[in-house]
Amino acid sequence: MKGRGAGMEGVPTASMSAGDVAPGKYAVLVQGLTRRFGDFTAVDGISFSVERGEIFGFLGANGAGKTTAIRMLCGLLAPTEGEAWVDGFPVVAAPEKIKRRIGYMSQRFGLYDDLTIQENVSFTGGIYGLSRREVTERGDLLLERLGLKDYRRRLTSSLPLGFKQRLALGCAVLHSPSVLFLDEPTGGVDPLARRQFWDLIYELADGGTTIFVTTHYMDEAEYCRRVSIMVDGRVVALDSPARLKQQTGAGTMQDVFLQVVGR
Amino acid sequence: MTDTVIPILVEGLRKRYGEINALDGLSLRVEHGEIVGLIGPDGAGKTTAMGTVCGLVRPDDGFARVMGLDCREEGQRVKEHIGYMPQRFSLYSDLTVAENLRFFADLFEVSSSERRERQERLMAFSGLAPFLGRRAGALSGGMKQKLALCCTLIHTPDVLILDEPTTGVDVVSRSEFWTILRDLAGEGMALLVSTPYMEEAALFDRLILMHRGRAVASGTPGEVRSRFGQRLLEVTGPGIAKARERIVGLRWPGVDVHRFGDRLHVVHDLEEEDAGIREALARVDVRVGPVEPTIEDTFISLVTHSPEAAG
Ligand SMILES: Nc1ncnc2c1ncn2[C@@H]1O[C@H](COP(=O)(O)OP(=O)(O)OP(=O)(O)O)[C@@H](O)[C@H]1O
Ligand SMILES: [Mg+2]
Repeated sequence: MKGRGAGMEGVPTASMSAGDVAPGKYAVLVQGLTRRFGDFTAVDGISFSVERGEIFGFLGANGAGKTTAIRMLCGLLAPTEGEAWVDGFPVVAAPEKIKRRIGYMSQRFGLYDDLTIQENVSFTGGIYGLSRREVTERGDLLLERLGLKDYRRRLTSSLPLGFKQRLALGCAVLHSPSVLFLDEPTGGVDPLARRQFWDLIYELADGGTTIFVTTHYMDEAEYCRRVSIMVDGRVVALDSPARLKQQTGAGTMQDVFLQVVGR
Repeated sequence: MTDTVIPILVEGLRKRYGEINALDGLSLRVEHGEIVGLIGPDGAGKTTAMGTVCGLVRPDDGFARVMGLDCREEGQRVKEHIGYMPQRFSLYSDLTVAENLRFFADLFEVSSSERRERQERLMAFSGLAPFLGRRAGALSGGMKQKLALCCTLIHTPDVLILDEPTTGVDVVSRSEFWTILRDLAGEGMALLVSTPYMEEAALFDRLILMHRGRAVASGTPGEVRSRFGQRLLEVTGPGIAKARERIVGLRWPGVDVHRFGDRLHVVHDLEEEDAGIREALARVDVRVGPVEPTIEDTFISLVTHSPEAAG
């Protein structure tokens, strides 16, 4: 599984530049991103950047604003203030360009339960405007790699959670996105299935895909090159797991999280 | 409630769904004041087992009893003793947080004085107090899960059955949630709880590791860990990615490498292999040493190596 990578298209024009930084250099660049619902601020002026090919852990307490931020980065929700670029394109001005370049796996997988595995793949391919041949070729390759080939005629609703999760990943990467957003992809999944899932994530990252992932499993935080931790709409810590442990004097990411977020 | 009655007693449960043996002779018991954990891979039968205890699933064979009542024959009376939180608890998404809590408190006929005290405690654990007026549909995933927990814990039944209650719940709330569970057990409640978080598994009084519809290991977390029948080396340090390649490259049939965050666990069967593994890692920037297995090591070893796991 290879990510499409940067390419000339991803290079921003002058009108897209964000002050001194060139958004095209980064997989994700966020500056002062804010979202309010009425008088409640769910995401409160967050700024950070994610390198190309990086596995970036986007951690935080429940309700901290992770899903809201990801939905803005995927062009699904308009920011109230601030700017963000994904693969060099501004999320507000060019949401349609963003959608071809990203894959998104939502907290609830977003599969069609009453379709078969194969139908889910074909349907997703249709949404992304892939040709029938592209869907067949890449779909077959993915289903094989995900261990789902023998189950392709099975109804999605009849599958164990770990299978649904792998299918959701397959659908999210069918169009070879350069940035993959995974919102709690392993929620409720057993240790064996999680391990297999992370093997796939590493494979994608090795192929050049940028991985932007949220999780409440602290062992998974250790798999990330860098992690950010959000509390009440703000990013309050951002560094490599090793450095965060060093800074807080904590032995594990679990302890880091308890210290940083603890009420 | 009398002291002699066993809150949850399950004997030889079997349940077939077509080709699949969801329950294949499961037995377990939970005493007053005990928190028993059900762990196991997807499809091991945890949810079916809980459904049977709640009288929602009719077993083909065996029995489940709650407070001495047969769950199949006396389902209605059993329900009066049970609090159950299914994996997919449905909140009323158009109602606010406060309205959801009130709805469930009414449903369980919780007295108003008890209600106030409980709610305060539950709001402190969940951090939902500032959001009492928000529609449940507008909560984050983990906040919904915590509200579902609060709605389940608003009453105090004899027996509490929680199916993966902490999925999607953050680390801070998980640890506070466990304090509440301990308090409830301290009041004599019997709790049967499943979880996908292996760090929680160590907190149970007793654990039942389910696989293919039956218990493949059970006992205190320490006893379950001692069922790990293999050898284990831990590899730490900057070179773990390289170390993993080297060990996989040996292609030794009985040797498995698992990554746990920032460390590798190398599982093997024979003493002789120890030296070979260390030699393969001699020029890699890592430390290698034997360690005690974790529950996750045991889980993976039993699930992938038990005879019935074949195929
Ligand atoms: N449509 C909405 N109206 C009002 N508030 C909302 C809406 N959507 C989200 N929120 C609020 O925004 C905050 C952030 O929610 P979000 O889903 O982004 O959190 P999260 O970090 O993903 O949490 P979790 O770990 O539980 O998934 C929460 O307080 C949530 O209730
Ligand atoms: Mg979320």
